[in-house]
Amino acid sequence: MSDVTASGAPVAEPKVETPFRRFVSEFFASKTATLGLVVFTIIALLAILAPWIAPQNPYDLAQLDIMDGRLEPGAVGGSGITHWLGTDDQGRDMLSGIIYGLRISLLVGAGSALIACLVGASLGLLAAYAGGRTDSVIMRVVDLQLSFPTILAALMILAFLGKGILNVVIALVIVEWAYYARTVRGSALVERNKEYIEAARCLALPTRRILFGHLFPNCLPPLIVVGTMQVARAIALEATLSFLGLGVPITEPSLGLLIANGFEYMLSGKYWISFYPGIALLVTIVSINLVGDHLRDVLNPRLKK
Amino acid sequence: MTATLEVRDLRTHFFTRAGIVKAVDGVSFTVERGKVLGLVGESGSGKSVTGFSIIGLVDPPGRVTGGQILFKGRDLASASEEEMRRLRGNRIAMIFQDPMMTLNPVLRVDTQMIETVQAHQKVDRETARQRARDTLGMVGIPSPDERLKSYPHQFSGGMRQRVAIAIALLHKPDLIIADEPTTALDVTIQGQILAEVQKLAAQTGTSLIWITHDLSVVAGLADDVAVMYAGRVVEDGPVSQVLDAPLHPYTVGLIGSVPSRNKRGEKLRQIPGMTPSLLSLPPGCAFQSRCARADAACRQDPDLFALREGQRARCFHPHLEAIPA
Amino acid sequence: MTVYLLRRILQSFMVLVAMSIIVFVGVYAVGDPVEILISPDADQLERERAIRALGLDLPLWEQYLVFVQRALQGDLGRSFVFNEPALQIILQRMPATLELAFGSMFLSILIGLPLGLYAGLKPDSVASKTIMAGSILGFSLPTFWVGLMLIMVFAVQLGWLPSTGRGETATLFGLQWSFLTANGLAHILMPAFNLALFKISLVIRLTRAGVRETMLMDYVKFARAKGLSQNRVIFVHVFKNILIPVVTVVGLELGSTIAFSVVTESVFAWPGMGKLIIDSINVLDRPVIVAYLMIIVLMFIVINLVVDILYSVLDPRVRLEAKA
Repeated sequence: MSDVTASGAPVAEPKVETPFRRFVSEFFASKTATLGLVVFTIIALLAILAPWIAPQNPYDLAQLDIMDGRLEPGAVGGSGITHWLGTDDQGRDMLSGIIYGLRISLLVGAGSALIACLVGASLGLLAAYAGGRTDSVIMRVVDLQLSFPTILAALMILAFLGKGILNVVIALVIVEWAYYARTVRGSALVERNKEYIEAARCLALPTRRILFGHLFPNCLPPLIVVGTMQVARAIALEATLSFLGLGVPITEPSLGLLIANGFEYMLSGKYWISFYPGIALLVTIVSINLVGDHLRDVLNPRLKK
Repeated sequence: MTATLEVRDLRTHFFTRAGIVKAVDGVSFTVERGKVLGLVGESGSGKSVTGFSIIGLVDPPGRVTGGQILFKGRDLASASEEEMRRLRGNRIAMIFQDPMMTLNPVLRVDTQMIETVQAHQKVDRETARQRARDTLGMVGIPSPDERLKSYPHQFSGGMRQRVAIAIALLHKPDLIIADEPTTALDVTIQGQILAEVQKLAAQTGTSLIWITHDLSVVAGLADDVAVMYAGRVVEDGPVSQVLDAPLHPYTVGLIGSVPSRNKRGEKLRQIPGMTPSLLSLPPGCAFQSRCARADAACRQDPDLFALREGQRARCFHPHLEAIPA
Repeated sequence: MTVYLLRRILQSFMVLVAMSIIVFVGVYAVGDPVEILISPDADQLERERAIRALGLDLPLWEQYLVFVQRALQGDLGRSFVFNEPALQIILQRMPATLELAFGSMFLSILIGLPLGLYAGLKPDSVASKTIMAGSILGFSLPTFWVGLMLIMVFAVQLGWLPSTGRGETATLFGLQWSFLTANGLAHILMPAFNLALFKISLVIRLTRAGVRETMLMDYVKFARAKGLSQNRVIFVHVFKNILIPVVTVVGLELGSTIAFSVVTESVFAWPGMGKLIIDSINVLDRPVIVAYLMIIVLMFIVINLVVDILYSVLDPRVRLEAKA
């Protein structure tokens, strides 16, 4: 437990053992999960603070010099900036490109996960609460959705809608909502039959209040676990779609598109244009997964002894 | 002549995270050729672990930590894995408790029997199949030829146990360890199987260790009986003597809790309390917390005292007087 | 069994109808059908003629019936780019994709089963923990990124394997196959492995869980009590019980493997259906897109159906339940 105090978690003197406190101390008991969270926090901060951190604004064409194109990592460009991670074919500083790309990737990933969560959780709650025909219709659609691979569904939607950040988000939401719906319905079904819901019903509370005030908070733990994993999946899927040229537009490249742009140069040995954005993507996804994996262990009551 | 099996001071301990569980802690008994030993006790008393220790199949984190298992004079506790493999299913066979679980669901019965024959003898498939068929017939399975081609799920529980018994009998072993083989079966089937096993054992001169919690089974089947409690033998002796005149308070309690026709209208007696956790046994007699006769003397470990001809009990206050009927 | 089969086929048919409506609505309602189905190069007169010829002036449900009718006759439109029937173009590319998909499934079993078996038999060893950590990576890393890394290491840095294309092919049953020539094999190795990554992880996890569960079963202990050798116990008694669920899951994955080959084919320039659909989306060759989607949906449904039936044939317990 020495790493608990080392990580600075607020568990110094747990006078009152609240569920949240226990959760926090259990979470930080895992070194890998703590590491994942720290790394992810750094990545998120980089993305949020991009305009103040990045050496260059990669979207500002005036700052780019084509003469600086494909410089090796560590080379100094014409504008006097040291390009620690090299430059791409446009002369764009890769480090800046990656930091701004992280912004897009995280925005699309977290944004779509959030919307999908809202949509899916609402429908899942509705299915569990209403039961009967509503339930079976919603769950049929969920089953159908889940039986098709995500990439295929996303491909289909983007083929209809065309490229663009908004369309990617729409596609990711459509692909992902079903996971949330299934998760929430599962735990809501268990909760629904408990006495406190019965009591709330007897008090004739409005349905909306029972749903979101009583049922929903109790479905949160599994939802948080699924949500964390889905953010990583959404980021990976967005990167894949952008790599395939179906995702975000070239003007605001996400990590996936940066990797795609560098792909052709990789075969001639100019690895850095693809490699470093790839590492950024990898670290992001793995850190989220480390957190999610441990969250599942901590929040899953079945695993608790 | 040496006994078929002589177990001396057997210790099998499980090294768990919570501590060392002494599932079998100094058990000794002897099984003569062609005789039946009933090993009786509640669940958790260590009787099954004793059986698995003899055949060398104690799963980790458990292992035999001490004592001797003399099988026809050879100590199995120090035998190599390959030597044990050659004995298992060949000279020492085992029958398990739940017949629904002992046969592999995805392999046909003939496969499971033929592999047993071929594991110990270099014979061709046809000869092995022949032997399998004959043995199935022997244990009372009708039309064995057809049944050989079936999967286990096509048999009833009783039939599956007969198949398991047939597998145990394939090599006419010197010793069969039967771990509660009739507990999971209907009473009528139980009777049939008991009679069958008794007959077959007598025919082939096979010794039997019959592990059970059911004293009525032991009464009709066994020659000798050993009663186990918390990893130790608390009483042993010839079956008629032990059942008619038990010495140890635990045996008395066990017999008292068997419903019988003689005591109609009378309340069933039961042993108060629960089996103590083997992780935290108090010093002295393990039964003291549930025993009406326990006193300060019981804080010491009693030995297995020979109190009558051939009958021993691990108790300072045995029932040497007559027991009220 | 027959009732079960019929019900299962009916279910599949319903899903097919539902999916065809989705694709239809996607193409005809969400996008502008004129733009989608008529070549952008056509002039005004041609457009109007085509609109009438395609029945775009009819109500939507009638259009759907026409679409279904044509689809049933194997007419899913003509590619703008190749000026050939879309269906034919896709069918030409299909063997390459199938070869890649089967190759990756083969690899996933070949690599996943032994690793999973080892991890299940010795769960506490360092090697097992490494295997399990690797399988987490296999689940979470984007396929295309791993593909790029493979190319970077094995094609660019080491120069051991070719980075793109199918290589030399040989003819078998009138089709071209890469795995029949040494050069082709070298070409298929990396893409097949790349496509197999997710499934390798899956097989490892399934096998490990299966081994650990099965090893505790009474019938395994009984098999050992019969005096069988450790090898016979593991490779016959344990293995046969694990094989059924593992093969079923891998079989179920065929559909998604074909779908995900889109990514691998694009990375390794493998000339299959997946690369075709990406190229088609990029040049807006919509008839090909529609045809691809319909075919892959159909494949998906058929695969699920076949796996279900196979499963009931393979497992004697399921077979009996279906009979009863």
